[in-house]
Amino acid sequence: MSMLEDADAPVERLSPLQEFCRAPGAFIRERPHVPLVPLILVVVVGAWEVIVRAGHLPDFLLPAPSAVGRALASGLSSRLYLEHFWITFSESLLGFLIAAAAGIAFGTVIAQFRLLERTLYPYLVALQTLPKIAIAPLLIVWLGFGFSSKVVIAALVAFFPVLVNVIVGLKTVDAGKLDLMRSLDASRWQTFRLVTFPNALPFVFAGLDIAIVFCVLGAIVGEFVGSQRGLGNLILQFHTSLDIAGMFAVLLLLAALGVGLHLVIQTIQRRVIFWAQADHVIGA
Amino acid sequence: MAAPLIVVSRLEKTYLTRAGSRIRALADVTLEVADGEFVTVVGPSGCGKTTLLRILGGLLPASSGTVELLGRRVTGPSRKVGMVFQDPVLLPWRTVLDNVMVPVIVLRLDRQLYRRRALELLALVGLTGFENRYPHELSGGMRQRVSLARALVHDPALLLMDEPFGALDAMTREAMNLELQRIWRESGKTVLFITHSIPEAVFLGDRVVVMSPRPARVVDMVTVDLPRPRDLDVMGSDSFGVYTRKIRQMLGPKGWLE
Repeated sequence: MSMLEDADAPVERLSPLQEFCRAPGAFIRERPHVPLVPLILVVVVGAWEVIVRAGHLPDFLLPAPSAVGRALASGLSSRLYLEHFWITFSESLLGFLIAAAAGIAFGTVIAQFRLLERTLYPYLVALQTLPKIAIAPLLIVWLGFGFSSKVVIAALVAFFPVLVNVIVGLKTVDAGKLDLMRSLDASRWQTFRLVTFPNALPFVFAGLDIAIVFCVLGAIVGEFVGSQRGLGNLILQFHTSLDIAGMFAVLLLLAALGVGLHLVIQTIQRRVIFWAQADHVIGA
Repeated sequence: MAAPLIVVSRLEKTYLTRAGSRIRALADVTLEVADGEFVTVVGPSGCGKTTLLRILGGLLPASSGTVELLGRRVTGPSRKVGMVFQDPVLLPWRTVLDNVMVPVIVLRLDRQLYRRRALELLALVGLTGFENRYPHELSGGMRQRVSLARALVHDPALLLMDEPFGALDAMTREAMNLELQRIWRESGKTVLFITHSIPEAVFLGDRVVVMSPRPARVVDMVTVDLPRPRDLDVMGSDSFGVYTRKIRQMLGPKGWLE
């Protein structure tokens, strides 16, 4: 049929890697930032190394990148870091899973009933503005120095971004889609299942993406306040012994943890909400 | 004329604005549409045509007057009606076929049986081979065809169309008009089609209902006696010009259109 060749017909898109392999020169000319991103890292780290060595700065103020690298390598090979990493990782992940499940469940219930939403709203705002981290000492008192207090702090910090995004997502539905469901006399549950819930998913993922970063923050703060293990505890140990290179090494591990978890969420997000353009997703 | 499928009598609609004033959208609209008929409604933008359609579709209550569909009073949405909106309103997370199946799921019809019907309808609207694509992979015209197939899938007696091609470019729009005429002839449905394009109203309609600006009332009904199937050449014919001129005169002298 001739009309299928409409002017705005879809075009097949290549991945960035495919484009690069096809024409590297043009690829870099169109996206000069792609080689510049790693270049800036090399320049900064190189300059740092040179300045530290030339200036003879003492190691307890600023260690050279090479010293940080050595600390990281020895810490990893002795498995010392990995044990602490594993603790912080599990606290964060468990906290995240609790926050995600609770945020989605409560958000969904609250969004269904206007009275409930209006009644709880002032409390939600109050809790949202309260710095949840300030509760950490209290939770340590209640739950002890172990694993569970860190999980609860992480979950608490991450819960609100999920909750708020779920509520906003469920309320942000295009009127046309609701009209369509109404014209078919759809039940509330059908409308929720077919339209409202999938429609909210981009918002939900934006919330999860914030939550996963917040979880690591919560776990670390919990470890700072009172703990025996974990990367936050390790930082405090290095702080006591003025092992600054070790502290930098732990910070690198924390950065890797944060980036890794964020990438996991992004990968899941890209598969689940494939229809939403990245720039339509708030906070992504 | 066959027995009327819809009888609209003395329909009124008054809105209450936030400021508390009343806006009269429909005034004393009386209208009958026969089974199998293609009726177009033309009137200035914002005159209340969409309000009329939403009342017919059961999405909006009337202030007074009645609408009867197949002899029964319309009080809410009915499965005898299929609606095509100004926007295609497709669900971006469902494939083309799954979008067409939405009414089947909501109305709890036999999925196996209606899946075959959905595929037939996609063939009817010229989208064979696109069943498993997603809406964002389609052009504007193709999306509106999906929405047409979806409106037909549960086999409604009446198709309500609210300026469905208004957002399309002129060439795609003419092509879609031809397609719609063919689909209407093949499916035998009754169609009530709203537009603010006079040529579109004349080209498609057995009858053109001309409406006044707000509050919308029926100014006249013009029976279009052009042979079917009509092709695009008919738009250049003298008799086509007579119809469009007649309607334009009804709307034009007071500058109602645009």
